[in-house]
Amino acid sequence: MEETLKTTCLHDSHVALGAQMSPFGGFDMPIQYSGIIDEHNAVRHRCGMFDVSHMGEILITGPGSEEFVGHIFTNDVRGIPAGKILYGMMLYPDGGVVDDLLVYRLADDRWLLVVNASNIGKDFEWIQKQSDGYDVKVENLSDFYGEIALQGPFAEKTALDVLGLDLQDLVFYTFRELPYHAHVEPENAAGNGSAASLEGESIIVSRTGYTGEDGFEFYASFAVIRDIWERLLAAGVTPCGLGCRDTLRFEVGLPLYGHELSAEISPIEAGLGMFVKMDKPEFIGKDAIERQKACGVTRKVVGIELKDKAIPRAGYPVEADGQQIGEVTTGYNSISTGKSVCMALIKKEFSAPGTEVCVRIRKKVFPGTVCKKKFYEKNYKK
Amino acid sequence: MAKIEEGLYYSETHEWVKPEGGEALVGITDYAQHALGNIVYVDMPEEGDEMTKDEEFGAVESVKAASDLVAPVSGEVVGCNAALEDGPGLLNSDPYGNWIVRVKLSDASELDTLMDAAAYAEFCEKL
Repeated sequence: MEETLKTTCLHDSHVALGAQMSPFGGFDMPIQYSGIIDEHNAVRHRCGMFDVSHMGEILITGPGSEEFVGHIFTNDVRGIPAGKILYGMMLYPDGGVVDDLLVYRLADDRWLLVVNASNIGKDFEWIQKQSDGYDVKVENLSDFYGEIALQGPFAEKTALDVLGLDLQDLVFYTFRELPYHAHVEPENAAGNGSAASLEGESIIVSRTGYTGEDGFEFYASFAVIRDIWERLLAAGVTPCGLGCRDTLRFEVGLPLYGHELSAEISPIEAGLGMFVKMDKPEFIGKDAIERQKACGVTRKVVGIELKDKAIPRAGYPVEADGQQIGEVTTGYNSISTGKSVCMALIKKEFSAPGTEVCVRIRKKVFPGTVCKKKFYEKNYKK
Repeated sequence: MAKIEEGLYYSETHEWVKPEGGEALVGITDYAQHALGNIVYVDMPEEGDEMTKDEEFGAVESVKAASDLVAPVSGEVVGCNAALEDGPGLLNSDPYGNWIVRVKLSDASELDTLMDAAAYAEFCEKL
């Protein structure tokens, strides 16, 4: 039976803009508006905005919350100040990944976990199950929060000019919780008369993103998110779909759950060991990761650059000496560089940069070289 | 509304065929290029390859996905459009002006199984 697709609070706008819509993570989401290449370039060189309201938000509160978040999360949250964000994973005991996520410390005993849309149900259930014996409350706020990502080198100036948000001092991977009304300049308001009704609403603004460019993510109620979207749209900011969100994150080597990370691919195999803090006293999956570190893993996620323009796609076999050594996890003809490149999970003995490998694309085999899994330099403002 | 050119033959998989003597040019329709989005690579067969009606003979790749080219007619490939190697986007900007392969038809009666412009327009209407 087909499951009914959910829609985000900006769905009407996507349809009105003529976006090409497609199911993603249980939601009917915009894949592209003007075209993936246009939108990709807007984010790399100016700025673009994404509806990422499909992302899940799980709130953890209570006196035991710091200890509990540390228990389920690979990064080290001990003693981080309110306003700080950490990236990391939740692991199964065998080291496989439940999900990768951002953890926002809202206050001493309040934490917001931002998780992948496709994993919301699974994550919430997992977190609740682990919370036995901890003095915490776990709430799924995914149906309360909408989210917009404003990304690109002009994001900071756009946030100031259009939304009245002065974010020049907001440090990378930190956030502020702000009253929304304080930033609605009457002359800048969208003119839809909704500003007054948004009085008293608050917004979380973080300097984060998934594009390799400077930028921000806004979390707020659906009404506030709609207001922000309309104001940005009226100011001429390029609406961007999930199509270019993927090409952008891919080029800078950021993983996507289900491709470079999964229940079957550990963070060590994915090359994300720096987000797994082994000096923590404990967390779920620590023993498995310790074993992987001691004995070594047999597979690695690498980058591969092809000599030809043929495009390696997820699932295509990677071969060496006529044998399959792994498969492509994500691949594109890179919009920013024009090269055909991919990330692939392959046997570790072939993972050294410079190793000659091949990708089988339909009936033919195309030669390539193992390289860093970053095909374009990040341009963060840190 | 996708553009449909009179005088061509059309397949349900959105290839067009333009007969020229005992040969035919094969390309993709405006409907197809629009559905695919930015085309960034065309995987073409080689001259001398045989293509068989209703079987895959190459692929057109957008940024996001590869889409098989399905042979609307059978025959030997006698030419590939080299301009698409460096300009795959030509299929977006002028899908009827840019053929993909030239085929020596092995069975001209196969053309009768394809749609004319009016029938193809009606077919697209229902999609």
